[in-house]
Amino acid sequence: MSTTHTTTGTWFFACKTTDVPTNGGVCVKYNDEQIALFFFARRNEWYATQNLCPHRRQMALSRGMTGTVQDEPKVACPFHKKTFSLKDGRCLSDEHECSLTTYPVKIVDDRVYINVAEIPVMAEV
Amino acid sequence: MKVVVIGNGMVGYKCCEKLIARSASSPLELVVFGEEPRPAYDRVHLTSWFDGKTANDLLLAPLSWYTDNGIRLHLGDPVMQIDRTHKTVTSYKGITEPYDYLVIATGSAAFVPPVPGMDKKGVFIYRTIEDLEMMKAYAPQASCGAVIGGGLLGLEAAKALLDLGISNTHVIEFSPRLMPRQIDEQGAAILQHKLHQLGLKILTGKNTREVMGNEAVTGLQFADDTILPADIVVVSAGIKPRDELAKACGLATGPRGGIIVNEQLQTSDPFIYAVGECALHNNMIYGLVAPGYEMAEVAISHMCSDHKAFTGFDMSTKLKLIGVDVASFGDPFPAPDTCHSIVFEDKYKGTYKRINITPDGQFLLGGILIGDAAAYNLLLQTARNKMVLPANPEELLLGSRGTADNGAGVTALPDEAMICSCENVSKGTICQAVTDGHETLDDVKKCTKAGTCCGGCTPMVKDLITATMKAQGKYIRNVVCEHFAYSRQEMLDLIKLKSLRSFDEVLDHYGSGEGCEVCKPVVASILASLWNDMILDKGNDTAQDSNDRYLANIQKGGTYSVVPRIPGGEITPEKLIVIGEIATKYNLYTKITGGQRIDLFGAHLSDLPDIWEELIAAGFESGHAYGKALRTVKSCVGSTWCRFGLHDSVSFAIQIEERYRGLRAPHKIKSAVSGCIRECAEAQSKDFGIIATEKGWNLYVCGNGGSKPQHAQLLAADLDSDTCIRYIDRFLMFYIKTADPLTRTATWLNKLDGGMDYLRNVVVNDSLGIAEQLEAAMQLLVDNYKCEWREVVENPELRKRFSHFVNAPADKDPTVKFETMRAQKKAAEWK
Ligand SMILES: Cc1cc2nc3c(=O)[nH]c(=O)nc-3n(C[C@H](O)[C@H](O)[C@H](O)COP(=O)(O)OP(=O)(O)OC[C@H]3O[C@@H](n4cnc5c(N)ncnc54)[C@H](O)[C@@H]3O)c2cc1C
Ligand code: SF4
Ligand code: FES
Repeated sequence: MSTTHTTTGTWFFACKTTDVPTNGGVCVKYNDEQIALFFFARRNEWYATQNLCPHRRQMALSRGMTGTVQDEPKVACPFHKKTFSLKDGRCLSDEHECSLTTYPVKIVDDRVYINVAEIPVMAEV
Repeated sequence: MKVVVIGNGMVGYKCCEKLIARSASSPLELVVFGEEPRPAYDRVHLTSWFDGKTANDLLLAPLSWYTDNGIRLHLGDPVMQIDRTHKTVTSYKGITEPYDYLVIATGSAAFVPPVPGMDKKGVFIYRTIEDLEMMKAYAPQASCGAVIGGGLLGLEAAKALLDLGISNTHVIEFSPRLMPRQIDEQGAAILQHKLHQLGLKILTGKNTREVMGNEAVTGLQFADDTILPADIVVVSAGIKPRDELAKACGLATGPRGGIIVNEQLQTSDPFIYAVGECALHNNMIYGLVAPGYEMAEVAISHMCSDHKAFTGFDMSTKLKLIGVDVASFGDPFPAPDTCHSIVFEDKYKGTYKRINITPDGQFLLGGILIGDAAAYNLLLQTARNKMVLPANPEELLLGSRGTADNGAGVTALPDEAMICSCENVSKGTICQAVTDGHETLDDVKKCTKAGTCCGGCTPMVKDLITATMKAQGKYIRNVVCEHFAYSRQEMLDLIKLKSLRSFDEVLDHYGSGEGCEVCKPVVASILASLWNDMILDKGNDTAQDSNDRYLANIQKGGTYSVVPRIPGGEITPEKLIVIGEIATKYNLYTKITGGQRIDLFGAHLSDLPDIWEELIAAGFESGHAYGKALRTVKSCVGSTWCRFGLHDSVSFAIQIEERYRGLRAPHKIKSAVSGCIRECAEAQSKDFGIIATEKGWNLYVCGNGGSKPQHAQLLAADLDSDTCIRYIDRFLMFYIKTADPLTRTATWLNKLDGGMDYLRNVVVNDSLGIAEQLEAAMQLLVDNYKCEWREVVENPELRKRFSHFVNAPADKDPTVKFETMRAQKKAAEWK
């Protein structure tokens, strides 16, 4: 069983591709929400998750180090180095930790868009 | 079965332990009489009472252990009489207890030579906690000490006197050398020399004729008519087995004392056993704890109809006497025609090693180690297990340097090899425990008891754990992570070889995947250690650990702290005012750090460049508190103000801090400079520390505060300033080149094959021929130093990265919350 997003929500403009450091992250403001946006330059992949680390509820994931484990993209929280999958948001270093909400990202020319469902819609397949 | 044990000392206690362990199968009634007021304690470590261990810490088991196991323990109540006909004992307080079996474990008393005046005030023996309490109470009025007896116990007693503050202490030995029973003449000379350096005075060949003084001792007079003034005397001239009870009830005793026992530890009455220091086996009294424990095992198993025999015991020992290793094992000095000896002596360092091998060079008979007994366990096992020696037996003493796989020696031992002789634990038992999943030292100690008594076998137990895990393929290679199949040291060499300058280049050449939070900071640190480029350049910014990436330390709540460099802790009033003004303007919490500088907490990410712009304008620079880098060089005020100061410690600290500022390393580095031996800057707790001497500077390295404190060790003495800096260059570069990631210098040294001697050889004697290279590498870094914050402040592209929201750079993180405490702010508590 796996979970995927249905891309029915709204795409909003986050920033220019050049605003995001290669192989790193930034924090995007969307109304009252904070979204962490990551750019894997070597494989030209983009990911977005909530910026809040569920462990101690710190707004910090965008400042975390990115990387892979067995090819799965991940981010490590700067506070206690818990790592989270950027594919599905699950905590890789602690199975009891909450998962992150993830958001689809698309690039149009040099513009980055993030998809936010007004009420996040998840579908099981 | 009802057993009565007389004596609750170390061996008496062991008997109880063994009986309880066997009581599951047959019902047991156990009664113990002890003369001392407290339950059995660790007499072997008696001297540690003076360095802060309490009587309670020394207990072998708490009182509750006896009650929990149903043992009736009568303390402070010696047995006065044994009635063999009715099989009862009667105590001082009048308790009469019948027994099926009786165990006498009354130990020994100090032997006091029959010399007039021994009963004077100020003359002590050294055997029980009460003896120590009396010595301690008397010591404040004494100023010169003397210990009669230069054996193992005498030297322990001398240490106690030194610990009591009696620095003028003499050890008096009757024979021409120290420890005549354990070590040879040449070894004794080295030991004597070392102890002398440590402040202990030693007189050999002296026969005490009289203890002088009226009521209290004032001195000792010797047979050669010389006199030694002394107002506190400890007598430690040997032991006398306590066989008085045994004699009185007609048990056979030896002509010079001791209760005669057979191989089952039975006395001349088969229902009475004698164990420990009161037992005379084959004309020998065993004054050590390990044979005593073995006797307890044999006696108790015999009582429970198991057949074991005590056939004598090896008297090998390893001790630390006043900080000097002394070990003697097997036969330390066989007759010259029955063996062939290899001797290695280093007068400068004060080490002496001797091994005796059979004339055919096949087997090890025994030996002596002084000054460095690291090889003791392995040598002892080699001798005990009759292992065939290598073709060059001297390697046993000198070790084959360089490639030697640390701990390989233990793999060659047979499974039956006794690793912990106090607790009788074999190699096989320890390896089995590791295989069963006990993979830490603590775990293994808990489940096998190895290393819980004298602790001497601990290094070997550690080696066995590593070797066993290796054999299971658990710890094969020390690689960085899944992305790089190299150790940090290999990576450093490769990166240097190919002159790689960015994380991406390194990943392309030597790695796979995208990297991770483990390898990224390792590579970033190596790059910085090699080239000292701006760390936020060339896409290396995102390879930095989060603190390095924002050149500040992230704190609870997601704000940062700012630490400007204050070299040597010296700061002008004007600069202090600037810090105060900036803190007020940006609403920062201020605190003095342990490294003599000022930390400003609670800065928003987007304020960091502005704060630094102002700090830099006032002449500050980055303090690198966020990096695995040189932190501070702490200093005492030194000769400019202090009346004791020998040199200007502040100026030297500033010079050093400015030389190594920004130096990135496998872990943070701290340093300090003290102006004299009083050591107000605590230099000996630092990665490298410097203390002024009459002639120059003493350089100490590899100290550590933190969770596992460790004192720094002397690398070189009386250096001039230039040489001192050259040695530091070499030391730091060698550490940077060879340490594993996130390894402080202390841990690095602990793992370094050959330890301090090896390090000193590399740094001071240039044994690897790389000194020049190390100095040049350091000079390159020094020349390339730039303040990172200045570069950020002056570069708009870099400044841009310091905002919380990429799409709203002017906004701060609205979730940041502060609370108030003592008129300043603090981060809101997290959940
Ligand atoms: C300072 C010091 C350092 C030492 N260092 C080492 C070392 O490094 N390595 C090593 O192997 N050994 C060392 N030893 C020796 C070791 O402590 C002894 O070998 C060991 O304690 C012997 O145990 P035991 O039970 O035979 O005697 P003890 O521990 O002396 O116990 C005998 C007990 O019996 C009691 N007793 C005597 N008569 C009676 C009676 N009639 N009724 C009731 N109780 C009685 C005594 O009061 C005493 O408590 C050291 C000893 C000292 C003093
Ligand atoms: S270490 Fe010596 S010189 Fe420095 S302050 Fe202390 S007493 Fe004075
Ligand atoms: S707050 Fe993120 S790991 Fe603890």
